[in-house]
Amino acid sequence: MIDKRAVSAAAAVADVHDGATIMISGFGEAGSPIELIHALVDCGAKNLTVVSNNTGSGRVGLAALIANRQVAKMICSYPRSANSMVFPELYRKGEIKLELVPQGTLAERIRAGGAGIPAFYTATSVGTVLANGKESRTFGERDYVMEHGLIADFALVKAEKADRHGNLIYNKTARNFGPIMCTAAKVAIVQVKEIVEAGELDPEEIVTPGIFVNRLVIVAKPAQESQLVKEDRSYP
Amino acid sequence: MSAPAKANYGWTREQMAQRVAADIQDGAYVNLGIGIPELVAQYVPAGREVIFQTENGLLGMGPAPMAGKEDPELINAGKKAVTAIAGASYFHHADSFVMIRGGHIDICVLGAMQVSAKGDLANWSTGEPDAIPAVGGAMDLVAGVKKVFVITEHATKSGEPKIVEQCTYPLTGKAVVDRVYTNLAIIDITPEGPVVMELAPGVTFDHVQKRTGTNLSLRTNS
Repeated sequence: MIDKRAVSAAAAVADVHDGATIMISGFGEAGSPIELIHALVDCGAKNLTVVSNNTGSGRVGLAALIANRQVAKMICSYPRSANSMVFPELYRKGEIKLELVPQGTLAERIRAGGAGIPAFYTATSVGTVLANGKESRTFGERDYVMEHGLIADFALVKAEKADRHGNLIYNKTARNFGPIMCTAAKVAIVQVKEIVEAGELDPEEIVTPGIFVNRLVIVAKPAQESQLVKEDRSYP
Repeated sequence: MSAPAKANYGWTREQMAQRVAADIQDGAYVNLGIGIPELVAQYVPAGREVIFQTENGLLGMGPAPMAGKEDPELINAGKKAVTAIAGASYFHHADSFVMIRGGHIDICVLGAMQVSAKGDLANWSTGEPDAIPAVGGAMDLVAGVKKVFVITEHATKSGEPKIVEQCTYPLTGKAVVDRVYTNLAIIDITPEGPVVMELAPGVTFDHVQKRTGTNLSLRTNS
């Protein structure tokens, strides 16, 4: 019988190894799987490459993982935002690497990775410093730059609800990178508020089919990153 | 009658946003950048239906919610709380950027640090060595959206022109800007160079030219 439920967040991330590439969903705090990230802080895996749109805020969630010196490199589109201080500080000291990727190129690289596409051409970034050193080609009248698909060892994703097969639905703009990250990771680990019986989710409304999901963790009342930051909390 | 204070010369930000909104046709799909561009949504003329896309995954973005009704999982690209209009849809990031990169969005309205005479845009980085580079979706928007409007003060706070012969800041895209709305004028980027299409009330062409780092021409009424 298929049952993707893990006993805990700690058990779900226990095999994350040093040097792994991890995709982490979220656009700011919306869709950020804060409890799974905290489990990864406890797990202690180091020298990670993290693919995520931002770099977290305050000293919780992704920012806590970075502050705990577990991340060697970030692949992201917008590494600074309100209340982000951990990444900028380490970056200025040269203690963390950054691969800056335009947001749409980041999304498409993840989508391509999940679809088995090793590289593709895009007009985004042509004529800018972000195209430096990349192969380019002209199709028709227009120039394009080649970008590589991205795959990961693990994805940590937040969704709203799952069934035991791993079919997922999301909540509003918290969906953001979740569906494509599930497709591009060897092991997709998803935290949801609720797991229902197979058949309770309308097949017409499922956003991520269960084939892309490996492990499910219930976090009934997920913490809100901005609230933790407001309270000046840190993790651990 | 006293002369207007220098800082208040020309259009206010609200009037600039209103002027942009007047140029958005009924039925358009529009992406608004963070900052002054966000104001445009408030000024859609009565009788027009304009759909706002926010690249974090919402088509049909509505105004900010009432105080106390904010939902941290319903936000815009600036990470501010918004609402969804009747008929809105949510989607993941790859679909969002299919809309943008695939040429499905009609207009984007962006801020600028510099715009060149050829329509090059610089709006993401000062290129200073200690700056944390952050690009977001700006390069995707200028590469993929059908029309790129820029809304910006005509000059920097220290009086440097923002419309220049060549951008000195790192580019967001080359030859991508169609039209610039400033507090002084509306300027089209044409194959013949920047053309002043409209002057703010009381502003002369010479006044605009003096605050611009490249040669302008004035639209001739034909």
